[in-house]
Amino acid sequence: MMNLLKNLIGWIDERFPLVSTWKAHLSEYYAPKNFNFWYFFGGLALLVLVIQILSGIFLTMNYKPDALFAFASVEYIMRDVQWGWLLRYIHSTGASMFFVVIYLHMFRGLMYGSYRKPRELLWIIGMIIYLALMGEAFMGYLLPWGQMSFWGAQVIVNLFSSVPFIGPDLAIMIRGDFVVSDITLNRFFALHVVAIPLVLVLIIVAHLVALHEVGSNNPDGVEIKKHKDANGIPLDGVPFFPYMVVKDGVAAVAFLMVFSAVVFFAPDMGGYFLEYNNFVPANPMKTPEHIAPVWYFTPYYAILRAVPPMFGSQFPGVVAMGVATVIFFALPWLDRGPVKSIRYRGPIYKTFLAAFVVSFVGLGYLGLMPATETYTLISRILAVVYFAFFFLMPWYTKIDACKPEPDRVTSK
Amino acid sequence: MKAIKRVIVWAMLACMPVFAHASEGGVHLDKAPVNLQDQASLQRGAKLFTSRCLACHSASAMRYNRLNDIGMSDDQIRAELELPEDVKVGSTMQAAMDSNSAKMAYGVAPPDLSVIARSRSADWLYTYMRTFYADPSKASGWNNKAFPSVAMPFVLADMQGEQAMEDGHLVLKTPGSMSVAEYDAAITDLTNYLVFMSEPAILVRHQIGWIVLIFLSILLVLMYALKKEIWKDIH
Repeated sequence: MMNLLKNLIGWIDERFPLVSTWKAHLSEYYAPKNFNFWYFFGGLALLVLVIQILSGIFLTMNYKPDALFAFASVEYIMRDVQWGWLLRYIHSTGASMFFVVIYLHMFRGLMYGSYRKPRELLWIIGMIIYLALMGEAFMGYLLPWGQMSFWGAQVIVNLFSSVPFIGPDLAIMIRGDFVVSDITLNRFFALHVVAIPLVLVLIIVAHLVALHEVGSNNPDGVEIKKHKDANGIPLDGVPFFPYMVVKDGVAAVAFLMVFSAVVFFAPDMGGYFLEYNNFVPANPMKTPEHIAPVWYFTPYYAILRAVPPMFGSQFPGVVAMGVATVIFFALPWLDRGPVKSIRYRGPIYKTFLAAFVVSFVGLGYLGLMPATETYTLISRILAVVYFAFFFLMPWYTKIDACKPEPDRVTSK
Repeated sequence: MKAIKRVIVWAMLACMPVFAHASEGGVHLDKAPVNLQDQASLQRGAKLFTSRCLACHSASAMRYNRLNDIGMSDDQIRAELELPEDVKVGSTMQAAMDSNSAKMAYGVAPPDLSVIARSRSADWLYTYMRTFYADPSKASGWNNKAFPSVAMPFVLADMQGEQAMEDGHLVLKTPGSMSVAEYDAAITDLTNYLVFMSEPAILVRHQIGWIVLIFLSILLVLMYALKKEIWKDIH
């Protein structure tokens, strides 16, 4: 039996780089042994991707991308399809959980300077994944064809019409119609189930290839490749298989418990994961009193609303929102700190990072709320804090009193 | 490091207020005593729903035989809900009145009620159906505290009686066929049923959830033991 297996692997190996790929990416890929809690989220994001693709395939078998039938077909899935309710809740929960793990994954990058040299490109590819994911989520949210699906899409697409000169035509091009309609629903469906997932999978592979080229950062922000033994193996590294696989496995099971708790006990998460108003079928003739995007977009939505219209145009707000999203791309070059990890950073960086977290979470909350005068004022202050974190970074990271980095990774 | 963690935790906590359901005008809502374990209540609610609400409203996602889930057999459904001969138990619940004539009569088409408890919330429904009052200034002669200027006339007036609004408070002027307690109980049944109808899977979702969580807890222990074993020589 063992011999047969060996022969089979040998046969394949003469025709396909099976063993060498396994070694390069798993059994002889070395990850720092001092990974902590924050290093689980990359693997978890991959897990959520698989969950979304699998549940999405089965939903697609039963969903109808037609303005007349879309809402009813979702209820058909919830009631008449065997385990349909479970598929739907897994997919809707997965959408929110994707952003939970991605935001924590990105925050890990901020804390430990994972975007710094030599991982600039890894970070940029990750940011492209994030943008693709936002597009994927936005288009998927139209599909249930509820009031929030419809009006959310209407509001976001209208943002494009504020672009000077080409705006109105651009918005029509996106919708394929003068308002969000059946045509929009059809193209968003195509983009959501085919185009963006394809792109996502490709750039996620690129993200992993880039990661395995440079190797993982770690909570100490020091390179494990600097200290190797006689065989060229990093002294502070452990092979990804089996060490990291079982460690991530524990995290995956714990994560699935949280995931299941939401799916089975609070699938709408008090209106955050499934908005109540989205259980009303889309009605183009009736604008809801209060339109709020799903929680993962609300920090940017709050920034959009915080910027007052100039020359009768919303465009400055749209630009601010756009900049707030893409500013992350510049991080590798904004950060001038002598150390990577927050463990050895000075008090100024720590304060700025804490203020940034408060502004991001605060803006996320305010984006869900109606834009009252007080809320708008707070949004403006938090938006300034948000941008200050990035724009002042070249200055404050340089003057900060950092502690010396250790030579090797520390165990705690 | 610790300080930052503390800040993050506090920031997250600060951002988790209970999100209010889409209720019009921020009226105080009474807590609906929903109990989905109470099959008798669900069945009474189903009868009240099909005999009263279905006259104008549809529940086009709900099949009659889904009432099997709350303990009614197909024969019971036929007999107790008085299904007409031409309606199959596998059909969805359609309104007796077609939506165009309803629109002519009331100005708006009565909304489909399949998922009404999900968009409005149980508390809102429970409050709404108990806060109609006579208002001669309205075309239908009725108004509602939870839904001001609602187009719907109060079709349960024979049960509750007639309330009037006096200084912002509702006062029962003419009693109906039921006492206040009886009427509240009937509306509890109806709300209970509407919650079930909005998501029939809610009856099994929690049980399956516990099984899944127990399975995952065992798996977690095993995974952790495996991790410990494999990592024991790494320092």
